[in-house]
Amino acid sequence: MKYFVLLAGFGELGSWDDLGPEGQEAAMQAHGAFDEACATRPDVEILSAEALGDGATATTLRTRGGDLIITDGPFAEVAEQIGGYYLVDAPDLDTVIELCRILPAYDIEIRPVLDGP
Amino acid sequence: MTSRSDPSSTAPDEAVARIHREEWGRLLSLLVARTRRLDLAEDALGEAFARAAAQWRRDGVPASPAAWLYTTAHRHVVGQVRREVVAGRKAPLLVLRGEWAPAAADPDDLPDERLHLVLLCCHPALPEASRSALALRLVIGTTSEQIARLFLVPPATMAARLTRAKRKIMLAGIPLGAPVGVELRARLDGVCRTIYLAFTAGYAPATGDDLLRADLAGDAVELAAVLHRVTPDSPQVRALYALVLLQHARRDARVGTDGGLVPLADQDRTRWRHDEIGVALRLLDDMAPADGYAEELRLQALIAAEHARVPTAAGTDWTAIAARYAELEALSRSAIVRLNRAVAVAEAQDPRAGLALLVGLDDLLGDDHRLHAVRGELAFRAGRFRVAEASFRAAVDRCGNTVERAHLGTRLAAVVQSAAEAGRAHGERT
Repeated sequence: MKYFVLLAGFGELGSWDDLGPEGQEAAMQAHGAFDEACATRPDVEILSAEALGDGATATTLRTRGGDLIITDGPFAEVAEQIGGYYLVDAPDLDTVIELCRILPAYDIEIRPVLDGP
Repeated sequence: MTSRSDPSSTAPDEAVARIHREEWGRLLSLLVARTRRLDLAEDALGEAFARAAAQWRRDGVPASPAAWLYTTAHRHVVGQVRREVVAGRKAPLLVLRGEWAPAAADPDDLPDERLHLVLLCCHPALPEASRSALALRLVIGTTSEQIARLFLVPPATMAARLTRAKRKIMLAGIPLGAPVGVELRARLDGVCRTIYLAFTAGYAPATGDDLLRADLAGDAVELAAVLHRVTPDSPQVRALYALVLLQHARRDARVGTDGGLVPLADQDRTRWRHDEIGVALRLLDDMAPADGYAEELRLQALIAAEHARVPTAAGTDWTAIAARYAELEALSRSAIVRLNRAVAVAEAQDPRAGLALLVGLDDLLGDDHRLHAVRGELAFRAGRFRVAEASFRAAVDRCGNTVERAHLGTRLAAVVQSAAEAGRAHGERT
């Protein structure tokens, strides 16, 4: 199955800047360890992974009454902190949860990617 | 065995009921593991039991009833899948964990896979309100309507809740198969919390006219029994099983002939189920102190055991109970535990010592009728009628259960009367 792993917020970590140089280094190492753990499992593969610009760089589109409304910022205040994502192929949810323990202590949302018709 | 006039019809009916009770969870877990179709397996097994009821009455009970039911249900699932393929529909399959594969072949000879089914139902990725409902439905075979009655929700709400939970399992890829290492212990703790929640829902419901639904609390006890059978070495499961057995053993004495609540102190202890108490006490005797949630459950069970051990309320060792509550409070930091500890301390020492322990609880339990009921009772006993009256009024206002509220109303009336008598006596003196 494919899973979309959304790095939705920094949670107890505060923010990337709060981490400081050492904390940022540790976080990068955790991402590296996550990549490695996925690579060593024959049934897991990272299909795509990107870090995203912060909420201030986001643009939101909404269609209301047929008109496209373009606004600055993320679609919801809580989405301000979204930092990036992984698209992972894994056998089941428990495997993904287990692997996510390796990542920095972000708030994470996991969603299954729906099968095509 | 039966003296009824038509044994040819009653014996098969009894057999179906007994096998439903004993085999539902085992058969369903095997069907789910082999067909990987949670939705179809449940319907098919229900269908097989319905067919058994009709056919066994006519043809007699087969030599291997469980195998008959399994084969019938399995054939039903295969037929459904074939129809889906013909219709061009493709349903998602339940994920089985790679390192774990179900044994195949003869259902009479198959291992017990119910642990995996319980863990699946109680997965933390499912909504809390659905977990125990799903476990009762899939592992014990409790009907959706009965589960709705247990949790005091409309049947349609419960049916929708169960459907949504099964859909999430399939779509999110929640797997069937044992979690490993630290994950297993955390997951078993979660399962125990879930089962205890279901048990208390039947044992002390907060609302409704139905004070105690012992039959449905009994299904939660059965769930704990199954879990203990399949994981005999798990301390949290052993403690949970002992705890619910001890509490459930009081069911017949807990509701009076008038339908009212009978407090522990007034219960006719000859009506407690002493065979069940015996089982629970043996479980506890063999159990070493644990830690974490297992220890919380063990301490709670030991407290229940103190009550179960003595033939009359007067013989209760309140000092021992108060000490257990102190341990439990240190571990759980729960306000409800502190409330119970206050009751025990009031019994072991005096009501004023109990009242002193209630200080500071209003911030945490101010909306809970139990805090006010306990304060009312202890203040009443300490002769502080004004506090007692205000507390019982607050308790009545906050209590959602009709029968319990009536009991609180009676206590309030008693306080008012005592206060009036004391006032008169005071007036006569002055």
